[in-house]
Amino acid sequence: MSSNNSVMVFIQQDNGKVADVSIELLSKARDLADRLKATVTGTLIGDNIKGEAEKLFQYGADEIFTIEDKRLHDYTPVPYTKIMVDVIKKAKPQIVLYGATTTGRDIGPRIASTLKVGLTADCTSLEIGDYENKGVEYTDILYQIRPAFGGNIVATIVSPEKKPQMATVREGVMKVGDADPSRKGTVTPMTFDLSDADFPSVVIKKIKEEKLVDLKGSQIIVSGGMGVGSKENFALIKELAHVLGGEVGASRAAVDSGFISKDHQVGQTGTTVRPKLYIACGISGQIQHRAGMDESARIIAINSDNEAPIFQIAHYGIVGDLNDVIPKFIKAFKAKN
Amino acid sequence: MGLNLIVLVKQVPDTQNVTGEAMKEDGTVNRAVLPAIFNPDDLHALEAALEIKDANPGTTVSVITMGPPSAVQVLKDSLYRGADFVALISDRKFAGADTLATSYALKCAIEKIGKYDIVLCGRQAIDGDTAQVGPQTAEKLGINQISNVSNIESIDAKKGKIQARRSIEGGYEVVETSFPVLLTVTDEGYTPRPASVIKMMTYKNASAEMTENYDESYIDSSVERTADNAIALWDINAIGADVESCGLKGSPTKVKKIESVILKKEDITMVENTDDGISNMVHELIADHTLG
Repeated sequence: MSSNNSVMVFIQQDNGKVADVSIELLSKARDLADRLKATVTGTLIGDNIKGEAEKLFQYGADEIFTIEDKRLHDYTPVPYTKIMVDVIKKAKPQIVLYGATTTGRDIGPRIASTLKVGLTADCTSLEIGDYENKGVEYTDILYQIRPAFGGNIVATIVSPEKKPQMATVREGVMKVGDADPSRKGTVTPMTFDLSDADFPSVVIKKIKEEKLVDLKGSQIIVSGGMGVGSKENFALIKELAHVLGGEVGASRAAVDSGFISKDHQVGQTGTTVRPKLYIACGISGQIQHRAGMDESARIIAINSDNEAPIFQIAHYGIVGDLNDVIPKFIKAFKAKN
Repeated sequence: MGLNLIVLVKQVPDTQNVTGEAMKEDGTVNRAVLPAIFNPDDLHALEAALEIKDANPGTTVSVITMGPPSAVQVLKDSLYRGADFVALISDRKFAGADTLATSYALKCAIEKIGKYDIVLCGRQAIDGDTAQVGPQTAEKLGINQISNVSNIESIDAKKGKIQARRSIEGGYEVVETSFPVLLTVTDEGYTPRPASVIKMMTYKNASAEMTENYDESYIDSSVERTADNAIALWDINAIGADVESCGLKGSPTKVKKIESVILKKEDITMVENTDDGISNMVHELIADHTLG
């Protein structure tokens, strides 16, 4: 262990491949570590994963701890928690970050409970700053910033007294910095004596359905909300997306109303996207939705209510009925080509 | 063969209807001004438990909630739907608890009940959306967990084994484990049953009574329950919780700052809803390579 002053990332692997969110978190960890004059470490648990560990230095990692065992191929909470707790106790990081995935949201709380430290879920921003409470000053504390209470407020949470400070962050929220292939680091293998009793869960099968909707990979997203009105009317949204070469998105309200399937959902409880162009049609712009798309390079809002909050983050606003506006849009685009 | 099931539920403010007056100056939420509802995921967890009970005669479903006295409403609702025993853990010393302090108090209450094969709770509550209390309670009990469960595929009560379908990104996995285990349940696989009119008649006047000592008759299904003995009220002493681990004192996370959401005002170009207006916008977007 080279350092007791690090920002650590739980490196999630699925079937031996490092998850995108872990790369995003390494980039963020690098920013935080530079501010704290600390190093960036990662813990990678799995089976036959050393090759993946080597790939992480280019994104900002200084040291990767690897723990390999055939029985660790699939994530299960008990052995993974046991290992992470041990690594954290030995490496004493100041901060530990987890992807807010079904894995990170399963292991993070379990580790926090074991170590009796704080954990803040689904942070949308992480910063370093000072904190004062009852006359006690704390310097260089992690500000864990997240929407709360159904997105109606943004809370800054701190856990100043206990280390490490821990947070989960959703995939797509943090940007991946430029990779630097010349960056070097250390892979530190660690061994654990694990008995069969450490593996109470067995993953019997794992089914990944082929993803038909690719929101994260799309540069153009045309999204519909409650204003679309019906499942049938979504055809217009799909047509515009098709004409522009984009993907179809939706607000949670539209998904909950059964207009379109959940894999199209953009927002805090759906997918976080940052395309070149986001067209919000009949979406009022609740914070939960905006949290998932407000980093888009260009936003067009189409809404019949000129008071809709979506206009406040849009670059172009069109007040009107989407059934009237979208055909004009399609016509104009076809005419330009 | 009957099982002992414990369901953890929460009364939550309906976060779809938050107004400015709902926020207190210290940044905490004034729940009194918001409509309080049964946390949606928890209703699905309760339904999962009741379906296990339907399939395994002799099973007992106990429901625990932590909250102010008014939270007794979700317990009555649980009785109306078919729960056998319910307990409210309520004490001023629990106030200000974060997920760690909450899970500690729940663990103490579960251990007071003592016998359990499966603990079920909703995946997350709509006021905090953290999904942390379930896994943290499992850890505090020293038991295994399966989170994000959309469906229980099979239960072998004799062998004490369960297979559950767990939702993961882009699909699902089926996990097998032995009792005792804690499950967090999503809103995907179960349809909560409505309240039974007969049970509503039985429990309509039920109120929480202070019970210092846990009474075995509570989980004895042969004991007839009436409005008088249905709801237990436990304070910090009744569940044997350490005050240092409860409420604000037992919470490592602190709220530094709360901001109402203020939208940042971008420079917006309002486009006329005309062929010319929209055509100009499309032209600009092509010119800056946003559209191809």
